[in-house]
Formats: sequence, structure tokens, C-alpha cells
Amino acid sequence: MSRPGFVLEVDGRTPPLVVHEGEGFRLETFPRGTRVVYPPESLPGIRDVDGAIHRALLEPVGSDPLPTLLRPGMRLTIAFDDISLPLPPMVKPDIRQRIIEQVLTMAAEAGVDDVEIISANALHRRLTASELKEIVGERVFRSFFPQGALYNHDAEDKDNLLHVGQTDRGEDVEINRRAAESDLLVYVNVNLVAMDGGHKSVPIGLASYKSLRHHHNSHTMVHSRSFMDHTKSAMHHSAWRMGRMLADHVKIFTIETTLNNDVFPSQFAFLQKREWEWGVKDQASMLAARRGLALAPKGLTHNIFQGMRAPYGLTGVNAGETEAVHELTVAKVHEQQLVEVQGQSDVLVLGVPYLGPYNVNSVMNPILATCMGLGYYFNSYRGQPVVRKGGAVILYHPVEPDFNQLHHPSYVDFYEEVLTSSTDPAVIEAKFEEQYATDPWYIHLYRTSHAYHGVHPFYMWYWAAHAMDHVGDVIWVGANRKAVERMGFRAASSLQDALEMASSTVGRSPSITYLRNPPHLIADVR
Amino acid sequence: MLALEMFRSIPRYAAAKAVGGRVPGLLVGPMAPVRLVTRDEPVVRRAGWAQVRPLLSGICGSDLGAVTGSTSLYFSALVSMPFVPGHEIVGELVEDCDDLPRGTRVVIDPVLACAARGVEPCEPCRTGRTNLCNHVTVGHVSPGLQTGFCRDTGGGWGERLTVHRSQLHPVPDGLSDERAVLVEPLACAVQLARRAQVPAGGSVLVSGAGAVGLFAVLALRHLTDAGRITVIAKHGRQEQLARAFGASDVAAPNEAMRAVRRTTRALRVAPEGLPGPASRLSGATEMLLGGVDVGIDAVGSTSSLDTVLRSTKAGGRVVLSGMPSAADLSPAWFRELEVAGTYASTGDAFDVAIQLAQEAPLDDVVGGRYPLHRWREALDHAQSAGRLGTVKVCFDVRSRA
Repeated sequence: MSRPGFVLEVDGRTPPLVVHEGEGFRLETFPRGTRVVYPPESLPGIRDVDGAIHRALLEPVGSDPLPTLLRPGMRLTIAFDDISLPLPPMVKPDIRQRIIEQVLTMAAEAGVDDVEIISANALHRRLTASELKEIVGERVFRSFFPQGALYNHDAEDKDNLLHVGQTDRGEDVEINRRAAESDLLVYVNVNLVAMDGGHKSVPIGLASYKSLRHHHNSHTMVHSRSFMDHTKSAMHHSAWRMGRMLADHVKIFTIETTLNNDVFPSQFAFLQKREWEWGVKDQASMLAARRGLALAPKGLTHNIFQGMRAPYGLTGVNAGETEAVHELTVAKVHEQQLVEVQGQSDVLVLGVPYLGPYNVNSVMNPILATCMGLGYYFNSYRGQPVVRKGGAVILYHPVEPDFNQLHHPSYVDFYEEVLTSSTDPAVIEAKFEEQYATDPWYIHLYRTSHAYHGVHPFYMWYWAAHAMDHVGDVIWVGANRKAVERMGFRAASSLQDALEMASSTVGRSPSITYLRNPPHLIADVR
Repeated sequence: MLALEMFRSIPRYAAAKAVGGRVPGLLVGPMAPVRLVTRDEPVVRRAGWAQVRPLLSGICGSDLGAVTGSTSLYFSALVSMPFVPGHEIVGELVEDCDDLPRGTRVVIDPVLACAARGVEPCEPCRTGRTNLCNHVTVGHVSPGLQTGFCRDTGGGWGERLTVHRSQLHPVPDGLSDERAVLVEPLACAVQLARRAQVPAGGSVLVSGAGAVGLFAVLALRHLTDAGRITVIAKHGRQEQLARAFGASDVAAPNEAMRAVRRTTRALRVAPEGLPGPASRLSGATEMLLGGVDVGIDAVGSTSSLDTVLRSTKAGGRVVLSGMPSAADLSPAWFRELEVAGTYASTGDAFDVAIQLAQEAPLDDVVGGRYPLHRWREALDHAQSAGRLGTVKVCFDVRSRA
């Protein structure tokens, strides 16, 4: 039986606590009285995964069973969440593979032979063949990829986009033409956090820039409180409007899955546990890991972390009408991740780990580190932010100005040109976004190479807009000073220094809350 | 009189060429083909010639090129040794010169064209393009394309020189010596801006932010309707000045191609070749398909010219300012580039330059002033001017301290 999330108050007996910082972690001694929010322990995984999937397809919510929706001569499109989910990638077989295989089996039994499978990567980079294979599995890959029936969505392929219309707020709904013109669109989701799924899947994953710009902008991001609560997120409100319009246009059969908190493989299992409960084996593993990481060359450390696969357990799979499915999904995600926290604090401490949605098999550059810390982790709340208005956020990450030239070419220019001009999301949006979004070189690289779209770094920056608007001070511990200053933040060498620096904002005896994730948690701030 | 003299010395020339700017200590030390001498004041006993006493005299990149042996042998027939260098001069007449009375403060157009040489005007001189004179090796004075490269006239790095009336431009009273000494390089920049033929709103890349590059930006902004001007600058002070003079963007040399690509929305291509640092050996440096309308090489190095050639758009114009080094001309052929040189100045360029010198934000541009006897320090400073945050180093010929 798993234990629920828990808030620890640091006292004299509390040992140093793990804080993630990029491709490594440190043991930090927090001031007495610091609140440490631990995620709930992992829910038990479903043992008969294939059986659960089968049942979900045959007993959907708000929809007829999948087999009854399939008929000979129809156009069936299966879209799935791309490589940005889950984090880390899961041990094989990927849950998406297991679902797609069953959907394809039912389609074959119904005589459907016009099937295409699309990675819903929106403006993310194209997945490589091996990355596609890792998600859909060997059999599906071999059957569909060589024929061109398994491919990445191309948000810049004008001929293969369909402008479905506009919402009552004037938002353009433009998505992948094949998906929009199918008789049935099956969407296969991995719901790692409450932000994902629902109408965020199709209207965003298969959309074009023309459509995405209506909700991926600084104004919407500032007014999304938080991303983890779709009822209070302006971004989700927009996506929901688009999704409802799409549901009138194309039959969508949504399949959503939820995972438990088993994110670390056995050799790093101690990271899953609460420090004062570490046994001898855990302490030995921790010491070995720290010593090994300290001695290993940078490249090897990178490979170790990027090669990590999570032994997730499946906690739920639901299929059918999008909103009905998503309601069940969110409930399950909350069951796994929600932790009740009483009141806000003056300081929020976050450890930013090695991996975010946009640096799988890649490098976490300064913009992505900011997005991860101030975008994802800051927004991991329900109700109100963990830190009070005008408070301080202290983050841990090296923030080295390293960029992957293959994946993030426009990020380099964003870092060199845009951030040297302004760090204000609204200003850079007005001044630079259009230029980057329509730059033919970035579009070329997005379409033919494996580059994120030219506008993507802007979105990452907007992701942090709410945090930047809310807090008075952002301080990075152990970070590259120049890189942090470039982004308009400050750097400190230790937590003590960071608190000293923040004292002008929050005083000398601030209340401090440390969100100890990953594994992921949502602070339900009352 | 006291003067710095450049003399013919094959061993020193070879040594300077071999180590060049890489070992500045040798350049200004025993290997320098320059010496401080006491020599007779230069006199040309012909009508229209008069002596000038230099007040300030700049050190130009071409002067450094001559000292470091990086100047092409092409020019060996166009100079007469030994000569006193220095052609960026503000001085005063020590005797009447036609309509200009003694004591007039003057700047000098250094080109020794037909009028100064007392020969029948050649075709370029007849049409007013005196900077392209065909007669720079004949006439009343020894071969020498400019004052400062001619044995008979002396140069600005000495206490006297002799100048023909056709070369003289009076300096307005309100113009300080420190600004007036910049008039000649500004006139070259005016010439450059005109030769660039920038289309209205056209994009320009200026590779280099030394005096040539910075003044080019200034002139382009004042004389053309150029749109975005991107400058490649190595040092912080250069970046500040480039922006102050009108640059839209400033990029470091290793960021140049990326910056131009970004501003012009070009496509970037990397040829196949050796990986990493060896790529330069294989010539496999990046290039753009698309790029700026006009590229200006204001350095004269191979890498600078390469960058300009590779980042100018098809059908665009590449302007060579200063003496260029060898570069891969494939882009000029493949992209049908117009390659244009710009040398010295002509027409009313000096009048425009004087105007610029009065109006432009040129305070502190002269960052080093040395008496002649401290010539080693002066050349050393000029060689490292960019790194030291200096735009122009001058000899203060009046000073003995």
C-alpha cells in the first residue's frame, strides 16, 4: 500500500536532503523550519496491463466500443504523444506500443486497411526512426514506417494542414489534414502530469503555429494558474474551445493512461525514498552514485542519465470521449501526485533535474532549465502558488550555456540575440516572435532535420512567464553566473548565499518550502 | 628634422613578413624596417608646393601593413624608399601656398595625382577620379601612390612634409586637431559608402570594427538609406562605438555567420570537410544561401574576406576596403557577386568628411598620442588597438615629451 504525500518540517534530526541539479544531485542541509514536500509513494501498478487496455477499448466512457467504430474502407488515423512524454522514457514495451498494437488488431479484424500513425509532435523536433521504434515497438514500426504510414506530424506542411475554422473567440483551429479528414482519429496519450491530455492532445499535438499561437503566448501563460489545473488555465481554456470544435468535425476516440511515480531504475531507487528512511543499501548506492558521477567524464555522465529508463507502473487506462476520459485521468493523476500544503511561503526551493520534455536524448540548455524550473515545477500547484506573491524562488542547476545544435538551433539565437535585448516575455513576443516563427532556415531544419521549431524557445520562455510575473527574486544555486545573468536572474554558490541574497526581498527569516521532486508532485496549496 | 623612416631591408622585410603581427615585440624591436632619423626637410621646388608642419598624424592599417610586411609586393613599384610614413595628417602651413596663407590649419588628401606631379592629367584625373591616377610613378616627385609612401614628400611621421596645393583642405576653426586628424580616414569611408551602392533599405555586413569599419558604419548611416547594418567586432569598446555610429547589430567573429543568417533570414550550409578545428584547413567553413545586399571587408584578412564573400547574397556586392588578403573566390563566381575595391577618396569626399568630423560622435576616438621618439610604443599600441579599446593611435609631432 502506498503512502500519501507528506510535508516534513526540518528539525535537528533531519539529515541532508537530496536536491537534483542537472546531471547529478547534492545533499543539502536546509534551515530548521523548512517545509519539505514529498510526493506520495508510488501507487501499485496494474498487473494485467494488456487486459486493462482491452477492457478500456471495449468499455469506453461516453463512446461506443472501439470495434463498433471500425469498418472496412474507412480512414483510421492513430496519433500518439511524442518523445516528450513520459520523463524519463519508460522501459520497454512502451505503453503506447501496447495500446497501438491492440487498436491495430481490432482494426485488422474489422477489415480497416487505410491506417496511418502520426507522432503528435506539434512544433517539437521530429523523432528519429529509432525513437519512433522505441515508442511504437518493432512490429508496428516494421509494418508502417517503411511504407510511410508511420511518421511525424509536420506543422509546416501547408498542403497537409486543414484549417477547420475559428472558435467563438476567433482562435484558428488548424491541424493535420489526415487526422482532420479521417473517419476516426484515435489518440494515444501518456498522462504524466495533470497538464497533459484532454483537449490538449489533438488541438495542440497536431496543430500548426497559426493555431498554437492563440494559447502559446505570454498573456495566456501568465493567466494560466496553474498549468496543472485545466479549469484555471487560460491555455487549457483555449485548447478546450478548440477541442470542442474539433469534436464536432472529426470523430475522436481518446485513450489516456496514467503512470505511478516509479521514475528511477533500481540503481537509483534511493532517490525515490525519503532520506531518513534510507537503509544501508540505499546509503551505499547513494555514495557509489555520487562518487561515480563525480569521477565520470561529462559525456559518460550524460549518457548514463539519458540512458535511464523508468520502470513505471500503469495506474489507469481509460478510453472514449475526450472530456469524460480526461476526468477519470485527472482523478488518477491527483491520487498519485497531490500533496496538501497549508499556506504559501516566502521562498520556494526547487531542484531542476537532468531531464525535461524538450531535451530527451539531448542537452538541457539554459532556456530549457528555466522552463523546467519556473515553468513546470513552479506551476506544480493547485489553488495558489507555493510561494507568495513577491517571494523568491531558489533553483539548483548548473545552467551551462551548452546547446545541442541539431535539436535547438533557434535556441542559440534566442540566447544570443533575444535575451540580450530583453527578458520580458511580452516584449520579446512583440519584437521577435514573428521573425523566428517564420524564419525559413528554422522551418527548413524543423521539417527536414531534427530541430525544434524556430518559435519554440519563445514558448519555453513564456512557460516561465507566470513565475516571473509572480515572484520578486529568482536565484540559481551552483549555476553559470553569466548564463543566469543573461536571463535576468542571479546566481549564488550555496543555499546560504542565496538566502542572504534574497533577504532584501523576503527578509532574514523567511518561511521556506522545498518541493522534493522528482518524482512528480502537485502541491495542493490551501 | 626628426622623422621616422621606413627603409629597404630585405632581411627585415622577410622577418617582418614571417612573424608579422604575431610577435609585436619583434615588429617594434630589432626586426622593424623603421628607424628614427634626423634628415633634411623635404622640399619640392615647383609651383604649388609648400611645407606643412604636422600637428597630429595617425597610424593607419596600411602603415602597419607596410611595417609588418603584410603589404602585397604589388605595391613595391608604387613607392620610393626610404620614405617617411604617415598620411592621416592635420598640420599647419609653414609658408604660403597659393591662396592659402602661412599658418592655415590643413588636412591632406594624400594621393599624389597628376596635378601634384605636374604632368598632363591622365584619364581618371580628367574625370575627377584622382584616387585612380595612372601617373603615380612619374612627374616632379619620385614614385609614390600617396604622401607617406614617397621619398621626396616626407610624411606625417616627421616634423615637416611638403604638400601640393591640390592636396590641401583648410580646417574650419571650430574643428579640433583630434577630430581633424580623422578627416582623411573619414573621407575614405565616404568613398567606401559611395562605392558600396547600398540599395534603399538594403542590408549591410561590415566585417571589422577598427577605424575603417567604424567609420564605414558612420558614413553608411549618413550617406545611404541602408537598412540593417551588422558589424563584426571583436572587442567590447568596438561594439559600443559600432552601435553609437549606427550599427543595428554587432556580432563576434565566431557568431558572424549566425548573426547575418538571422538578420537576413538566409539558409546556412556547411560544406563537407574535416571536422572541428581542422575544418578551416579544408576550407569547409559555413556559408549562406541568401545574405546581405552588401558585404564590406574592413579588415583585409583572409578570414574576414571569406566571411564577407560567404555571407553576401547572390548578385550582391562585396566591397574591399583596405588591402585584401587571398580568399576563396568561389562564392564570387557561384553567386555572381560584384567585387568592388575602394581606395582613398575623390570628388567632394573631403568636404563631406569635414562635415562628419564636426558632427559625428567622435570624441575619444583618438585614444593614444605619442611623440615620435616613442614610436615603438605607438606602433605596439596601434597593433593592439582593438584589444586595448582604442580606435586611432596618433603621433603628436609637436611633442618632445
